[in-house]
Amino acid sequence: MKFLVCISNVPDTTTKITFTPDNKEFNKAGVQFVINPWDEYALTRAIELKEAQGGGTVTVLNVGEADTEPNIRKALAIGADDAIRVNAFPKDAFFVAQQIANIAKDGGYDVILMGKESIDYNGFQVHGMVGELLGIPTVAPAMKLDMSGNTATLEREIEGGKEIVEVNTPFVASCQQPMCEPRIPNMRGIMTARTKPLKVVEPTGEGARTEVSAYALPPAKQGVKLIPAESAGELIKLLRNEAKVI
Amino acid sequence: MSVLVVVECDGGEVKKSSLEVASYGSQVAQLLGTSATAVAVGEATEANLAKLGEQGITKVLYDAEPRLKDFVNGAYTKLIAAAAQQEDAKVIVLANSNIGAAVGSRLSVRLQASLATNVVELPKTDGSSFTVKRGAFSGKAFADVTLAGERKIIAVKKNSIEALHEAGKTAEVVSFSAQLSDADFADAPKQVVMQDQAGGILLPEADKVVSGGRGMKGPENWKLIEDLAQALGAATACSKPVSDVDWRPHHEHVGQTGITVSPNLYIACGISGAIQHLAGVNSSKVIVVINKDPEAPFFKAADYGIVGDVFDVLPKLTQAVKELG
Ligand SMILES: Cc1cc2nc3c(=O)[nH]c(=O)nc-3n(C[C@H](O)[C@H](O)[C@H](O)COP(=O)(O)OP(=O)(O)OC[C@H]3O[C@@H](n4cnc5c(N)ncnc54)[C@H](O)[C@@H]3O)c2cc1C
Ligand SMILES: Cc1cc2nc3c(=O)[nH]c(=O)nc-3n(C[C@H](O)[C@H](O)[C@H](O)COP(=O)(O)OP(=O)(O)OC[C@H]3O[C@@H](n4cnc5c(N)ncnc54)[C@H](O)[C@@H]3O)c2cc1C
Repeated sequence: MKFLVCISNVPDTTTKITFTPDNKEFNKAGVQFVINPWDEYALTRAIELKEAQGGGTVTVLNVGEADTEPNIRKALAIGADDAIRVNAFPKDAFFVAQQIANIAKDGGYDVILMGKESIDYNGFQVHGMVGELLGIPTVAPAMKLDMSGNTATLEREIEGGKEIVEVNTPFVASCQQPMCEPRIPNMRGIMTARTKPLKVVEPTGEGARTEVSAYALPPAKQGVKLIPAESAGELIKLLRNEAKVI
Repeated sequence: MSVLVVVECDGGEVKKSSLEVASYGSQVAQLLGTSATAVAVGEATEANLAKLGEQGITKVLYDAEPRLKDFVNGAYTKLIAAAAQQEDAKVIVLANSNIGAAVGSRLSVRLQASLATNVVELPKTDGSSFTVKRGAFSGKAFADVTLAGERKIIAVKKNSIEALHEAGKTAEVVSFSAQLSDADFADAPKQVVMQDQAGGILLPEADKVVSGGRGMKGPENWKLIEDLAQALGAATACSKPVSDVDWRPHHEHVGQTGITVSPNLYIACGISGAIQHLAGVNSSKVIVVINKDPEAPFFKAADYGIVGDVFDVLPKLTQAVKELG
């Protein structure tokens, strides 16, 4: 079975977010980029399923400029077999979705796995768009994924519960915990990753449909009002009379 | 031309987030000089749908097909696309929920529309350009996004828009059929499993949340959290390490890699306030922190704080809420 795992290159979760002085761009200076944490679930699960099936391939795909290659190599070190980078700035979700859909179609992939959402842009939409572009089902967000032959059984999170969904290949799923324990690269993986194929292709299709015109940070808090522990009950009065939230 | 609003219903009731979405849609319609029509999905009653007039909706389309009671991506997408065509919708508004986002992303491709998710404010438009403000960087920032093209789809973040309540106004409920066939239900769930929710309040929809971290010491102490939550009518939540070690279920985990919440009140008990945790909660209107360490970073992000032991403070708070009556 052929797995395609889409990974996004995002600022590390500890990043303090700042913007350029005109507020038009994210300030990348000094920021460490990582594989989007949700995408690690997709990658590890694909590798586990391939191992369980005793054959097949796991291809990682990123739409990004050359500076994403260290994280693509990391995905290869974790256990993917080969990689494709679409050489373009990921302008928006629709642009990215078209690139993924075209590669998925040309490569005849059976299972297309993604993360739940990118932690930078928080679109939660690329997986639905790819499913629609290919005319196949998308299950998002999935907490569990098992395969038996060409049929997958997934648990899909819904507000307040979960659904059990069955789909046949090909399909798209976006992954989140507790699907698996994301793997980290070992020494052997890092060594072999260097020689695994990484193909760079140019983008196709239409341009973006959305554009960021400005960024802003949330307003700073006014400072905390401390209430002594002995008179904790006072807090409740403040929440009612001053903050008016209860 | 019109604005189409997607309203999610459950057990006959319109979800709170959908009341917000309806209010958002009717205000967009006003901006554009048109009216707002809703299309309802899930299990609804005619009386509750008519009440959407209070949120400024003039007409509600409803397909009573029983298989639409639970979410089916294929069927919901087709239904909403048909409604959008019939109503010549230029703007479609839905909730940034697991249903809204799944349908919205497919619709954007099918209807060749531009899409913004996680939207927190009404759009700014001068007739030609159309800009919305959305949350980005997992709660750490906002982005103004310009949407191109004839058609736009907006997924509104929960708890960011005040629902309108114009008492007495009613919407006309019209039956609607998208002529769905068996094939449209091919991706129907085999089974739906709902969790036991403390007090029946869903965390993503809650306007008050009481949350516990590793400072609670163990799952056996969660009664203190639940008691306060129950007294307040709040949902319960937790930090990531707490759900990682199974003290609490995964769906209660808030933060950058969990659920993002923006309730009116978030009470953090024994949570240090790591940047990944703050990202998921810092758009809450009022944040209360209870921590025995005065240096805990969470105090910097809080409105009210108590430096103290949760085991001592929580029962006092619960008692004080009960005394409020
Ligand atoms: C500083 C900065 C500025 C950006 N500016 C914009 C902008 O102006 N507008 C905009 O829309 N996007 C922007 N992006 C790009 C964004 O990160 C995405 O690559 C893309 O827009 C899709 O994001 P999303 O949040 O919609 O994806 P989601 O729908 O949340 O992502 C779901 C899944 O899709 C896959 N995926 C997402 N992106 C990629 C990718 N590039 N390659 C491979 N798989 C991927 C991953 O598996 C991911 O988990 C910016 C990114 C950065 C870091
Ligand atoms: C990639 C990545 C993603 C992450 N995503 C998330 C996320 O989404 N959500 C999340 O929550 N975390 C996330 N984390 C983890 C995060 O970095 C912190 O480790 C975590 O939030 C800490 O949880 P905590 O505050 O419960 O525990 P701790 O940091 O151990 O804090 C416990 C606090 O309780 C206080 N305390 C102890 N005893 C008492 C008492 N008796 N009374 C009062 N106070 C007491 C202590 O002073 C301390 O401040 C992520 C980490 C990484 C690396």
